[in-house]
Amino acid sequence: MTKKPRILVVDDEAAMRESLKDWLMEDGYEVGLAAGGEEAIAMAREKGFEVVLLDLKMPGMNGLETLKKLKEVRPDAEILMMTAYATVDTAVQAMKEGAFDYLVKPFDPDEVELLIQKIVAHRDLVLENILLRKKLEETYQFDEIIGKSDVMQEVFELITRVAPTDSTVLITGESGTGKELIARAIHGNSNRCYMPFIAVSCGALPDSLLESELFGYEKGAFTGAEHTKKGRFEMAHKGTLFLDEIGDISLKTQVDLLRVLQQKEVQRLGGEDVVEVDVRIIAATNRDLSRAIRENRFREDLYYRLNVIAVKIPPLRERKEDIPLLADAFVRKYCLEMNKEDRKIGRSALKLLMDYDWPGNVRELENIIERALVIGQADEISPDDLPFSRKELGPEAFPKSLKMMEKIHIQRILGTTGWNITRAARDLGIDRQTLYNKIERYEIRRGDS
Amino acid sequence: MSGCVIICPVGFVEEDILDRIAEHIEERCGIGCRVSQKMDKPAYAYDERRCQYNSKLILKHLIKSSPQGNLGFMGVTHVDLFVPILKYVFGLAEMEGQCSIISTHRLQPQFYDQPPDRDLLLARAKKTALHELGHCLGLTHCRNRHCVMYSSTKIEDTDSKQADFCPTCSELFKWQLDKCHRSSKRKS
Repeated sequence: MTKKPRILVVDDEAAMRESLKDWLMEDGYEVGLAAGGEEAIAMAREKGFEVVLLDLKMPGMNGLETLKKLKEVRPDAEILMMTAYATVDTAVQAMKEGAFDYLVKPFDPDEVELLIQKIVAHRDLVLENILLRKKLEETYQFDEIIGKSDVMQEVFELITRVAPTDSTVLITGESGTGKELIARAIHGNSNRCYMPFIAVSCGALPDSLLESELFGYEKGAFTGAEHTKKGRFEMAHKGTLFLDEIGDISLKTQVDLLRVLQQKEVQRLGGEDVVEVDVRIIAATNRDLSRAIRENRFREDLYYRLNVIAVKIPPLRERKEDIPLLADAFVRKYCLEMNKEDRKIGRSALKLLMDYDWPGNVRELENIIERALVIGQADEISPDDLPFSRKELGPEAFPKSLKMMEKIHIQRILGTTGWNITRAARDLGIDRQTLYNKIERYEIRRGDS
Repeated sequence: MSGCVIICPVGFVEEDILDRIAEHIEERCGIGCRVSQKMDKPAYAYDERRCQYNSKLILKHLIKSSPQGNLGFMGVTHVDLFVPILKYVFGLAEMEGQCSIISTHRLQPQFYDQPPDRDLLLARAKKTALHELGHCLGLTHCRNRHCVMYSSTKIEDTDSKQADFCPTCSELFKWQLDKCHRSSKRKS
């Protein structure tokens, strides 16, 4: 039970105001009195009454106008309209405008009491609802990352502990698990949150370009360097630098990177000056770095420099209990984006989502939900709106020809990467041009996946 | 007569009702109580449209005429009372003040088409009087349905509650009473 609400009585008749005040004060309420609409709005703005008893018929600003203005000033205030028999229709109109209820003057003494108790109960319920929802959101959500599974709860706990420090973090997880979201959450909850968060997708850039992107260059440093450019390290000064796909960088760039991490200073390509940088590094990879070290593709010293705090994000198939929560969140997100009424996921569709293995992880789930909302028109997402049917999940559903198998696999990987050709080619273990050739040969179109 | 509650009939009121109220207050609150001279029927408060008496006007009149130095000045009347915003009231009090008015009109079983019952009427009158006196001492409505300070919005509420304060209201009443005594001593 919350404390008694403060009540504002608005009536142009002094006798009504006073008698209502006496009655409410006997009940222990704090009561304010206003003789008209303007005064009521000024008082509501200043003192924030939780309940307003508002006379419908007043000279000057009438009850309906006052109601609308009060709802603007105090949207959470509950308004009880007071009216004489002759104006009941208008009172009904007022309820449509957001009034809680109305009372016909003079009231039965128990009417006022019952209605106020009803308002108090309603407010308590609303408050309780908000608090519960907030608590639930806090528990199952960390910034934009959603998960109620034990593994994700552990990740949230680790992020909470790690964020305020300046330690370097290495995030590992399969493609599509949300590594950048974790990096952003760490930055957003750190002391550097008001400074820049700069992300570099190391795997997407050729070696020479990555070097100039990271460290910057001086005018004339190489052909085409027509002006001096700051590197990402300098841009992220006092903030966080997110190095995605760190496992894909060349050994040469690994050496340069290690030097910057040790000395905390960068030298632009073609430049002589050394620039001090204060940057927190968060790196991420979907590769097995220990294996890369064994195969001499990744420097061990850089690995230890980066792996001060390790955050491992589990693949979606290992935290299936998060699927309904994630799917719901994506439905809400895309319904809002597409300006559609909120839709639900049907029971059989959800069963399919739960049965699927999600090689593309959360990103694939997001793409599939978006697609289902575009395709489906019914109130509920049904199995027909999903790109895989129950049959396809069984071994009997696999195509007999290798070519068809390849086409389906490429379609699926493109779907999981959101048609990011570089990423899809890497996941498939082929180069970009080969992937383009296959897309053309198999006539794969965006939206088929 | 300092620290005493005065019961004042407003219009004709049977003596036994006034005496029972006085006895009840003395017994439950340990406050001296006496019945004063009667006042005239409050014609000034009559509302022709509603055929009822405006309790607020009667209360104002009582405040003007109340003798100084008393703990309470309670009017008792047979007329039907209302306040402008409500259809009726059983009584009205000056919160943390001296004066109050109660009506027996709606306390009579006959009002609800029941056979006359003197004991029931007296029991209701005692409860209503103690309730209004509680308001005069600053007590607000109590959530305990059996406490005399529970809000009576219909006669069933009055019937279902006890003629006494619940332990919490009793403590509050004593504390407020003590405060009144201390402040009247300081004034004297």
